[in-house]
Amino acid sequence: MPAVPLPTRLLAIIPAWNEQETVADVVAEIRSAMTNVDVLVVDDGSTDRTATVAREAGATVLTLPINLGVGGAMRAGYKYALRSGYSRTVQIDADGQHDPQEIHRLLTLLDNGADIAIGARFAGVGDYVARGPRRWSMRVLSSVLSRVARTHLTDTTSGFKACNARAVRLFAANYPAEYLGDTIESLVIASRAGLVVRQDGVKMRPRAGGQPSHSPVKAAIFLGRAVLALVIALSRPTEPLGPEAP
Amino acid sequence: MSPYATVLVVCGLVVLSLLYLLRTRKIKEKYAAIWIALAAAILILGAVPSVAFWLSGLVGVQTPANLIFAVAVVVLFAVCIQLSTEVTHLEEETRTLAEEVALLRLEVTQGRESDARTAERAESSPR
Repeated sequence: MPAVPLPTRLLAIIPAWNEQETVADVVAEIRSAMTNVDVLVVDDGSTDRTATVAREAGATVLTLPINLGVGGAMRAGYKYALRSGYSRTVQIDADGQHDPQEIHRLLTLLDNGADIAIGARFAGVGDYVARGPRRWSMRVLSSVLSRVARTHLTDTTSGFKACNARAVRLFAANYPAEYLGDTIESLVIASRAGLVVRQDGVKMRPRAGGQPSHSPVKAAIFLGRAVLALVIALSRPTEPLGPEAP
Repeated sequence: MSPYATVLVVCGLVVLSLLYLLRTRKIKEKYAAIWIALAAAILILGAVPSVAFWLSGLVGVQTPANLIFAVAVVVLFAVCIQLSTEVTHLEEETRTLAEEVALLRLEVTQGRESDARTAERAESSPR
């Protein structure tokens, strides 16, 4: 860990599970897109060379001994960010769908008072389209979560998010590991804790390699699980943001 | 052997095996307790069958056997839910441990690397 913490240090957290084909490019792209950024790859129990490839690309690698899912990987990442004193984090997918050039758009939102900035796919930028049950469920989720977060949200399941120190502190202690919990429930937790959530439109690129995690069959089941996750998240007791840790 | 005696023998065996598991620390008290309580209840019913008739009359079930089956289903259901909550708790503990192991492993690797660098520097510039 560096001895002297810089005033605004940004940590890019990349949850990666068997992403050896793309993770190196993502790491390299982030490092070339911005200065003053450290890259942390959370190797979520991969069985391929993800950790080695990421380390060779210049990232710090946090290797989870078992597969915990995106939510588990992200909480580990937030814990690392909190303990290493990063004041900002940005979460980026390891499959190369998020353009690191757009990180600065999220950071601008943080500058303007947001605690959490979401890179949204359906906000008029880019041509990412979801179809069928997946699209309907995303619509339902957006309208409900917009009300909970008291702001207009169009893409609540985005994995492209920036957090400030307050959000990192909340998520390091409290980040759901269940399916969809990392996106839907985390937004509910953050809103209830009084954090400000904002979004900006971003482009989505096609996957650079590897297998997409959602097959058409899984997409059909998505609606039910998403609504269940949302209902449970909304019915849970509020988790307040604890006092500043020593 | 009468059916009641059979029940008594089976219950006795269940209680004995649970006690054995407890003694050898293969099962914790909190899980064994419910099974011992259950075996004790069945033991009473086996030894004094009139209790079953009295109970079924009390709650308005015509056949005592049906009452016992219904109660058995409820008890098994409760045990399943208890086990589910325990598994959830264990998963959360495992997750926290996995995170902690990953963070510690990273710290150890970084510490070793910086040690190696310090040693290298000391070797390359001898005074």
